[in-house]
Amino acid sequence: MSNDHILVVDQLMMRFGGIIAVGGLSFTAKHGEITALIGPNGAGKTTVFNCITGFYRPSGGELRLTHPGGATFQLEKLNDFRICKIAKVARTFQNIRLFPGMTALENLMVAQHNALMRASGMTFLGLFGVPSWRAAEQRAIDRAKFWLDRVGLIARADDAAGNLPYGDQRRLEIARAMCTEPALLCLDEPAAGLNARESAGLNELLLSIRAEHGTSVLLIEHDMSVVMEISDHVIVLDHGTKIADGTPRAVRDDPKVIAAYLGVEDDEVAAVERELGQ
Amino acid sequence: MDYLAQQLINGLVLGSIYGLIAIGYTMVYGIVGMINFAHGDIFMIGGFIALITFLVLVSFGLTMVPVILLVVLLVSMAVTALYGWTVERIAYRPLRQSFRLAPMLSAIGMSFVLMNFAQISQGARVKPVPPIVTGGYTLHEGADGFVVQISNVQILVVITTVLLLALFTWMVSRTRLGRDMRACEQDQTMAALLGVDVDRTISMTFVIGAALASVAGMMYLLYYGLVDFFMGFLAGIKAFTAAVLGGIGSLPGAMLGGLLIGLIETLWSAYFSVEYKDVAAFSILIIVLIFMPTGLLGRPEVEKV
Amino acid sequence: MVSPVPAAVASAANATGVAKAGIAFILKKSLISALVALVLFSLMIGVRTDVGTAGQLVYWTRFGELAAIVGAVFVGSILVELLRGWFGPREGVQLPQGVQRGLSWAGRLIGPAALVFALLLPVIFYDQRYILDLAILVLTYIMLGWGLNVVVGLAGLLDLGYVAFYAVGAYSYALLATNFGLSFWICLPLAGILAAFWGILLGFPVLRLRGDYLAIVTLAFGEIIRLVLLNWQDLTGGPNGISGIPRPTLFGIPLSSGEDGLAALLGIEFSPTHRIVFLFYLILALALITNWVTIRLRRLPIGRAWEAMREDEVACRALGINITTTKLTAFATGAMFGGFAGAFFATRQGFISPESFTFHESALVLAIVVLGGMGSQLGVAIAAVTLIGGFELFRGLDQYRMLVFGMAMVLLMIWRPRGLVGHRAPTVFLEHNRAIAADMVKEGRG
Repeated sequence: MSNDHILVVDQLMMRFGGIIAVGGLSFTAKHGEITALIGPNGAGKTTVFNCITGFYRPSGGELRLTHPGGATFQLEKLNDFRICKIAKVARTFQNIRLFPGMTALENLMVAQHNALMRASGMTFLGLFGVPSWRAAEQRAIDRAKFWLDRVGLIARADDAAGNLPYGDQRRLEIARAMCTEPALLCLDEPAAGLNARESAGLNELLLSIRAEHGTSVLLIEHDMSVVMEISDHVIVLDHGTKIADGTPRAVRDDPKVIAAYLGVEDDEVAAVERELGQ
Repeated sequence: MDYLAQQLINGLVLGSIYGLIAIGYTMVYGIVGMINFAHGDIFMIGGFIALITFLVLVSFGLTMVPVILLVVLLVSMAVTALYGWTVERIAYRPLRQSFRLAPMLSAIGMSFVLMNFAQISQGARVKPVPPIVTGGYTLHEGADGFVVQISNVQILVVITTVLLLALFTWMVSRTRLGRDMRACEQDQTMAALLGVDVDRTISMTFVIGAALASVAGMMYLLYYGLVDFFMGFLAGIKAFTAAVLGGIGSLPGAMLGGLLIGLIETLWSAYFSVEYKDVAAFSILIIVLIFMPTGLLGRPEVEKV
Repeated sequence: MVSPVPAAVASAANATGVAKAGIAFILKKSLISALVALVLFSLMIGVRTDVGTAGQLVYWTRFGELAAIVGAVFVGSILVELLRGWFGPREGVQLPQGVQRGLSWAGRLIGPAALVFALLLPVIFYDQRYILDLAILVLTYIMLGWGLNVVVGLAGLLDLGYVAFYAVGAYSYALLATNFGLSFWICLPLAGILAAFWGILLGFPVLRLRGDYLAIVTLAFGEIIRLVLLNWQDLTGGPNGISGIPRPTLFGIPLSSGEDGLAALLGIEFSPTHRIVFLFYLILALALITNWVTIRLRRLPIGRAWEAMREDEVACRALGINITTTKLTAFATGAMFGGFAGAFFATRQGFISPESFTFHESALVLAIVVLGGMGSQLGVAIAAVTLIGGFELFRGLDQYRMLVFGMAMVLLMIWRPRGLVGHRAPTVFLEHNRAIAADMVKEGRG
């Protein structure tokens, strides 16, 4: 595999008891691209995410992450918090996991925990408020402000995250993930529950993250308007295996993909396509 | 070998008593998700009620032991069950939709109340009872003269426990109430939407738990021949330990945990030191939970991400 | 779809119905209460058992008391129902904006005012030894509450064995001072460090445990420590405890009547009150240090990680926060404060025994934290004053004290399940320092 891949998934296998949630999945994601992972409900998308971000330990296979600088990490060997801390993979959750009792600003400060921990001299220097700690804290606040501004929540910085409307919470979660300065940003259904306008705003945000910060994005999404519009590359899963892989246009026209989504046998797909006049 | 057999019998009996109390903890935890800290004191109240009933019956000139036992059992179960009901009604129901710690603190408060109530109303002194059920069987007489015995009280405790467990298991798995209880355990809101009277079901859970604890209290009274106002605390903690060890929320787990705690305590006292028997029980709890964080028979908690 | 209008009409009709049927309804309810009380108390109060002169059990009846109590329950529940009828509906009333603002302004003054009062207390009550002793006791519990608050309130880890660290601190000081003659000021940090070490020791096995599993393990841990202290006679003196623990010195100067005592050095007349005042300022300083450190820690990444962990552990892991160290530091910090308080307790009492470190102490400190409103420093202080002070007020009730205390705990929890100060103050803000409502703040599952 060449160096222009940020993530190489090789023969990933995830078993739960007797159930094979992901069976021998291989795909790659390129640096600076938005890669979408789509597939019907229960296809194993979130399981793949949980393997990549360390919430599950894969039953088999390799997950290789390469930073733009060239450093590589075998994600299947790192456990949960190290994947974010060392390998710089950040994620959001399908059912939003903010810290609801903390303000939006505090949420973004927590995301900078590791950097701030070092700056505070593992708490001891920070306890006495040494100037270097104060400066580091101010920089962290500035970064949080930058991201709050980017997701349009600067006015609500001091509100409890749990009090924000749904769409704002989704954007705040993305901002929080970005505050960890990730090399790879994994978004689990970021457009779920958003209306058309919010969804368009999300597209813009993700495109600008890619363009301005060079962050590679891995995305699970059901909203095809988002997938088709912003992704560079689409991987389609069904029953834990890859059934298609290519540009959004190529994938959209793939009969196997249509079959998987409509839940019909291959030979019926042809009939459906004829009816649709394709 | 004979010594071990004797200790196993003793441990089994003690474990049965713990198991009966542990069921109350586990049931309440399963349905309401709280630690009923007052449950140990309910057990103590059960012991007192049994003692008083026994005393009154004897003073009326009743001498037939089986009749006395039956009446004591029924009265003690009924009155103690009402204690369980009242505690739930006063201290827990107003806090049901509340945060996790509030009902727990309320339960601790209720435990103080019950303990102090017994102390005030019946005095602080330990109350000894003469042996009511006497006699026993010699199971085996070793060459060295050591005798393995099982007393009638021990037989009574074990048989009562087994019968109650059978009744209780039947109730949970076959009756309407049992079904309602299982439904509430899964999802109270949904159960209510489907016409289950959640309040009543929860009340009944406390009532049944208290009734079982009162039986444990009576068995304790028969077996050890004494009650005092403070006995609920340690027994309660042990029984709760048993419930957690078995996997809290699991009924067979509570019984298994109870037996294990009883056996550990007895064997440790027999072979090592009496002083450290509780330390042994608690240490084994901690060790088991390190390796099985949800107890022996508890459902492993699947973390949804 | 059901139209909401008939429902509203029905409920209005229902409300008037209740008002009309009020008396009958209340009587019926009270009668049931009285009946329940009759059954509950018939044996426990109606019959009094005791051990007779020959060691046999005797009993006598107390039907008079029984009748009185059942009657009291009847009248009491009528009163409760009436009060509920009069005051119940007004509960949801919002105070006007101005009043609310005034209250929150006054709320901000409580802390400084309490501090000033605490500093002046020995001056005001110099002659009243009882009040000084009580104040020292209250401050000890405030400090314990603040220490446990780190674990329960901030990190959201339920700890039912906090008294273990209090005991470790007390015994550390007592043993080091009596066996090696180390001074209080050397032992104090050592007691804290040892307690923190035990905190980490407890932390390791419970890392994977949640909720009530954590609760029982911490409880078991507390009991193990107590039982070991009770039974390890050679080291701890067992149930007899350790006596003759050295009193603290003012950096080497003893507060005694001797020639080298503080009074003699200052050329003033010796009074035993000096030591009490000194102890008062000592515990005040310790408590204030605890408070200061906790407030600082909350604004540092470690404190934010504690609170974030309480809010959502999974999200923390996804942000690269090491849950293991976060939990262990919380346990260690809380335990350290407990250890300091324990060392103070030992030097104040001069005598310690396992009896001072029972589960009831843990429950009391936990009650202070929960009643205070988990996480609020001021709330914990108010709760400690209320509970410990209230407990002292009821001293006159003698044997009924625990009964009243237990009932008060139940009622306080029903009245304010989220504690006295339920809202959470943010640790950092851009424009507005707005408090976060209690119902938003999680209480942790750990």
